[in-house]
Amino acid sequence: MNQRLRLALEEAVLPPFVALVVALVAGDLLIMAYGQAPGTVWRMLLEGTWGNAYGFGQVLYKATTLTCTGLAVAVSLRAGLFNIGAEGQLAAGGFGAALAGLTLPPGTPAPVAVPLCVLAAVLAGGAVGSVPGALRAKFGAHEVIVTIMLNFIVLALLNYVVSARLHVPETLHTPEIHAGAVPRLATFVNGFHGSAANWTIGIVAFAVATVDWFLFRTKAGYELRATGLQPAAAEYAGVRVGATWLRALALSGALAGLGGINFVLGYKGYYEDGFTGGAGFLGIAVALVGRNHPVGVVLAALFFATLSQGGLAINAMVPKQIVEVLQGIVIIAVATAVPEVRRVLRSAVLRRTRGGIPI
Amino acid sequence: MNAGTPVVTPAVRMRAIGKHFGAVQANRGANLVVRPGEIHALVGENGAGKSTLMRVLSGMYPPDAGVVEVGGRDVTGWTTAQAIAAGVGMVHQHFMLVPTLTVAENVVLGREPMSTGTFDRRKAERDVAELSAQSGLVVPADLLVADLSVGEAQRVEILKTLYRGARILLLDEPTAVLSPPEVSELWKVLRRVRDGGATIILITHKLDEVMAVSENVTVMRHGETVARMATREASPEEIARAMVGREVNLAVWSSESTVEPGRAAALEVRNLVVRGPRVDRAVNDLSLLVAPGEILGIAGVEGNGQTELIEAIAGLRGVTSGKVLLGGVDVTLASVRARADGGLSHIPEDRHRRGLILEYSIADNLILGQQHKYARSGVLARAAIEANATRQIAAYDIRPANAALPAGALSGGNQQKIVIAREMSRPFIVLLAAQPTRGVDVGAIEFIHAELRRARDAGKAVLVVSAELREVLSLSNRIAVMYGGRIVAMLPRSEATEEILGSYMTGARREAA
Repeated sequence: MNQRLRLALEEAVLPPFVALVVALVAGDLLIMAYGQAPGTVWRMLLEGTWGNAYGFGQVLYKATTLTCTGLAVAVSLRAGLFNIGAEGQLAAGGFGAALAGLTLPPGTPAPVAVPLCVLAAVLAGGAVGSVPGALRAKFGAHEVIVTIMLNFIVLALLNYVVSARLHVPETLHTPEIHAGAVPRLATFVNGFHGSAANWTIGIVAFAVATVDWFLFRTKAGYELRATGLQPAAAEYAGVRVGATWLRALALSGALAGLGGINFVLGYKGYYEDGFTGGAGFLGIAVALVGRNHPVGVVLAALFFATLSQGGLAINAMVPKQIVEVLQGIVIIAVATAVPEVRRVLRSAVLRRTRGGIPI
Repeated sequence: MNAGTPVVTPAVRMRAIGKHFGAVQANRGANLVVRPGEIHALVGENGAGKSTLMRVLSGMYPPDAGVVEVGGRDVTGWTTAQAIAAGVGMVHQHFMLVPTLTVAENVVLGREPMSTGTFDRRKAERDVAELSAQSGLVVPADLLVADLSVGEAQRVEILKTLYRGARILLLDEPTAVLSPPEVSELWKVLRRVRDGGATIILITHKLDEVMAVSENVTVMRHGETVARMATREASPEEIARAMVGREVNLAVWSSESTVEPGRAAALEVRNLVVRGPRVDRAVNDLSLLVAPGEILGIAGVEGNGQTELIEAIAGLRGVTSGKVLLGGVDVTLASVRARADGGLSHIPEDRHRRGLILEYSIADNLILGQQHKYARSGVLARAAIEANATRQIAAYDIRPANAALPAGALSGGNQQKIVIAREMSRPFIVLLAAQPTRGVDVGAIEFIHAELRRARDAGKAVLVVSAELREVLSLSNRIAVMYGGRIVAMLPRSEATEEILGSYMTGARREAA
């Protein structure tokens, strides 16, 4: 039994680890192709991210958004659905927060304004998420198609609303919000000065803990995971599968929407067209590498944020696009490593138990 | 134990075969000797390692240890391609046919006769017709496989193997989907193929099949081959004892109904019409009553509406018209949960798809469908779930007794015990048991049957659906035969025999239900 347990643990942890090693080797080759020493570049990347407070703050800031979108994708996958709409939901969440912040009268105290803006972000993201959920539950429309297409619709709609109604002249962003701003970490820890890291991180940490609790400790989480693993068995267990799908995608959208406050309330103080910058799509990779577990998602988000911030740090020596290549390699490696690692582990166990009889 | 040691070179000789999968030892020191031109039965409970041994023989797995010889030649660790080339062919339990192609096209698939670079359909049909005549496997070569009956599809599967030049045929539980007449037809075909010079290894866990068709039998238990006997000299009891490792009661029980006259039906189905995946009326105007204290058995070849009937009663499938009454209450439109809370327990026919969540732990599976009873204001009551698991694991002897293990790690029999423990340990008045012993071993079958009888004796109404005639006969107080979505016969146990039921099952006979 012990062996089985250890095998399960190794299967969960090893694929991302293997992926990391593969990415490192590939990175080495790429760096050498640019005539640089890999060791120097990697050190530079680490120093520019975890090595100083500003870089670390930037990593935290980026990881906060990625945690939200990663969590969004992970929750949908736990219910057996693939939400590719986190990008649009993230934008909708940011817009919702900005709209709330603009509507509230100036000087609304933060303890009132911040929760209201967060609520607006969550509702906006959730509303976008429920559309594919409802279409799936009612008509069986495939959520992958609907969420992909909805990205275009939501982003175009927001672009129209902002540019036609809400923008500050000469820009593509809304005026600054009157209330609901979340303070920067720098206001408490001086070293973070200049970085975008802000107290959204606390809100998101709370969301991570809540999602973990929800998935593994509540009846609704039990039913959601059951639906994802075996819909027919969930149905047999009296779970209303369609309603569970709808709830899961609404929750998924809400989590992605929550990510919007990081930029809008915590960083710029306004909604800007295109602020999402692919963080919604990267959330798919975060969920994949994080193995759909809230804790794994946080770690994966930190990893991808480090790569993305590190790209800026090493730009002087190698093109920063190198980290995008690495991201791609990690994703492919994890996707491949899952069945691969299992096979290798099994045969290793086999060899251990039978003492290496050649076949 | 080693009866009838062959003097001739054996067609197959496997010696001391060992094969592991992770921590599971599927075969250990397994020996198999098959004479050329015989029908050899390989029997054992589920998980005894029969299929693994055959996959080693057919080249799908290399063995960890041991030697495989075919026709006296050492072929240990060969590939499937080499096995096929040497005339060893496996007929799979699940058909691997393309339904949109004709019989001839399916048979030649992968080895199509060509003329001037294109597929020579005529030659294919001629070849297949010829092979069909030769082997006695009669199937119309130009029909689409989709239009064939299950028995015919299986013949195509065997033809396919013969077409590839197989002289040693491995059949993995070939009768699982056949009606009794189709089974006896299959035996005729196999004997004819054998008489044509082929050697046949039949994997099965049904003793009557061993007795009916094999010349020799090898028994497996826990990955080992524990006995080899000449079938003629062995009794079913002897074989069963070797399979299970202890005495097994094979006698057909006389079922005493405990129905009190005048008591209202616990389950009533009135003029039920249910749509199926392919037909509008998979259940066609069907009515039945099950009284407290009786087991009503539904016999029938699979695919005659049994699945749809059970799912409609359980609330898993919409009803076109008609009514379902549970304890006198109309539940036709009630949710699955409302029915469960109203006293309906359900052992579903497919425990992998419906009855269990294989990735969930035993403890979590033991509350499936009852999760609302194990939650306080939406939060799962872990302590209660664990306590329940400890109790059920002990009461139903679920092994291994570790509540944290995923259900998928258990054997078929133990998985079914989880389902039965869950469905029978809560208050209920009606029990639906669909194929309750499918894919479980002889020992577990005994246990499951005893549990079903216990439920009846406790005054529950039990509805059993089974493709196994013996099971229906040994359990039921009354027997209904379903054919084409209707009940074509309703007999008291005393008037039912395999022959009578068999004739109703094929639609050859019908009476007003």
